[in-house]
Amino acid sequence: MRIKEKVLNWWLFCLMLIVAFIMLVPFFWMFSTSLKSLGEVFEYPPKWIPRQPHWENYARVWSVVPFGRYLLNSVIVSGSITLLHLLVASLSAFAFARLNFPGRDKLFLLYLATLMVPGQVTMIPNFILIKLLRLTDTYTGLILPNVFTAFGVFLLRQFFMTIPKDYEDAARIDGASRFYIYSRIILPLSVPALSTLAVFTFVFQWNNLLWPLVVVSKDSMKTVTIGLASFQGMYGTTWNLLMAAAVIGVLPSIVAFLIGQRFLIKGITLTGLKA
Amino acid sequence: MTLRRKETLAAWLFLLPGFVGFAIFVFGAVVFSSVLSFFEWDMLTKPTFVGLRNFTKLFLEDKTFHLVFRNTLWFVLGTVPTRVLLGLIFALILVRNIPGRTFFRAAIFLPVIIPTVAAAMVWRWIFNADFGLLNDFLYQIGVSNLPRWLSDPKWALVAIMILSVWKDVGFSTVMFMAGLQSIPTTMYEAAKLDGANAWKTFVRITMPLLSPTTFFVIVINVISSFQVFDQAYVLTGGGPGNATNTIVYYIYNNAFQWFRMGYAAAIAWVLFGIIFIATFVQFRYQRKWVYYE
Repeated sequence: MRIKEKVLNWWLFCLMLIVAFIMLVPFFWMFSTSLKSLGEVFEYPPKWIPRQPHWENYARVWSVVPFGRYLLNSVIVSGSITLLHLLVASLSAFAFARLNFPGRDKLFLLYLATLMVPGQVTMIPNFILIKLLRLTDTYTGLILPNVFTAFGVFLLRQFFMTIPKDYEDAARIDGASRFYIYSRIILPLSVPALSTLAVFTFVFQWNNLLWPLVVVSKDSMKTVTIGLASFQGMYGTTWNLLMAAAVIGVLPSIVAFLIGQRFLIKGITLTGLKA
Repeated sequence: MTLRRKETLAAWLFLLPGFVGFAIFVFGAVVFSSVLSFFEWDMLTKPTFVGLRNFTKLFLEDKTFHLVFRNTLWFVLGTVPTRVLLGLIFALILVRNIPGRTFFRAAIFLPVIIPTVAAAMVWRWIFNADFGLLNDFLYQIGVSNLPRWLSDPKWALVAIMILSVWKDVGFSTVMFMAGLQSIPTTMYEAAKLDGANAWKTFVRITMPLLSPTTFFVIVINVISSFQVFDQAYVLTGGGPGNATNTIVYYIYNNAFQWFRMGYAAAIAWVLFGIIFIATFVQFRYQRKWVYYE
């Protein structure tokens, strides 16, 4: 039995090697192509490793389009949405989880119901509104409509409900305000849930294509995703430059993933245990 | 002021920032969007009320909509079972004590977090009919009739499905891994004592106890697959012809390329209806196969 297990694990290991190869080969191919000269790109059979790395492809991409600006815009937009969403969602979740008021459960249900409505339904009116307010091509226009989603309210409310009431009773007796309880007791105890929500929101917004596509036309306001899409429009088959751009596009995600993986999984398991 | 009143006031102060935003960008938008779906409006001239015209046109006349609906449905039917099945298999392997499992999990999950735009750019290159990696591989193993992936209407949607499975299978895998790890080991020990073989243990213990996770993974995958857009936008631009045009892509074109705001809103509501029905049916049907302790 033991030996049978070991043999099976060995076979599964080999199978997983093939799977991992398929999953990672596009990344490798992207990087490899990004370092080739255009002549080498169209060589047959395809070469895995370029004869000599053409790092200047990156310099060319950087000089043709303002990728630094795109990255900065993405950081500003995704970062602001994440911070605002965390603030607004935690305030609302505190009211839903910790306070009593007439109509509370009905209102919460109404929030939950909006989770079923696909983003495309609200996108059209929101575009019209942003356009009427002359907020297209602005950070406000990119940020504001994405701050309000019920997902965070729901997640944090569930988490807040699991924090024992005793923790705040002592503070209550000392005459602490509700805002004090929210900011000094509930929030510090909810760091795992808050960080998980922050990571998910940030990644989701970083990768968002449709909304920036709709509200941005000025080059200086483009985010990474639409910057990549329009770069592809300009350099349709200049594969080495396209792949260099794609590498720039995935690198922040990969770095964040490598740094945050342990922390992220810890966050998920922690929330999973508590919720 | 009584204590209750004070608490109500406090609650509303906490709710206020979120509620104002929700009232405008969510509740307001939903109401506005439903009103809009009964109008014709190009954002330049005055909107005209057309009653149910947008919807009757959509259901009865608009051949393009029927096509994008079919495309989207094929996409859902093609990708959801594949992602769920592969995710389950990968998770079953990765919860075992095989060497390098942390690396394998990371490799499978990595595509999930990168922007779909960047992923689609690489795959456009891989799918390239003349110089692409995929056709080179197929040629090496002896396939003679190489598909022209992105310019052949028969294959373009398949190409989008392959990209999507590659991109998102990691999500199902991670969810299944969490589900598998939460099954108490005492269950397996009991099965072993009763002399159950591996297959029986899988069918009688793992599958029923994992079914809430399976249900959740399927529901989430169906909802997100009906909203496919990014892949088609970058990989094929909806073409060739309309071979990879999807519902959301059609909404995007109607609203933001052709400025048919009312019509686009109507399509968005039909999409909501489709997703709602698909989800409702699954919830209805779950009693038959999902096991809750």
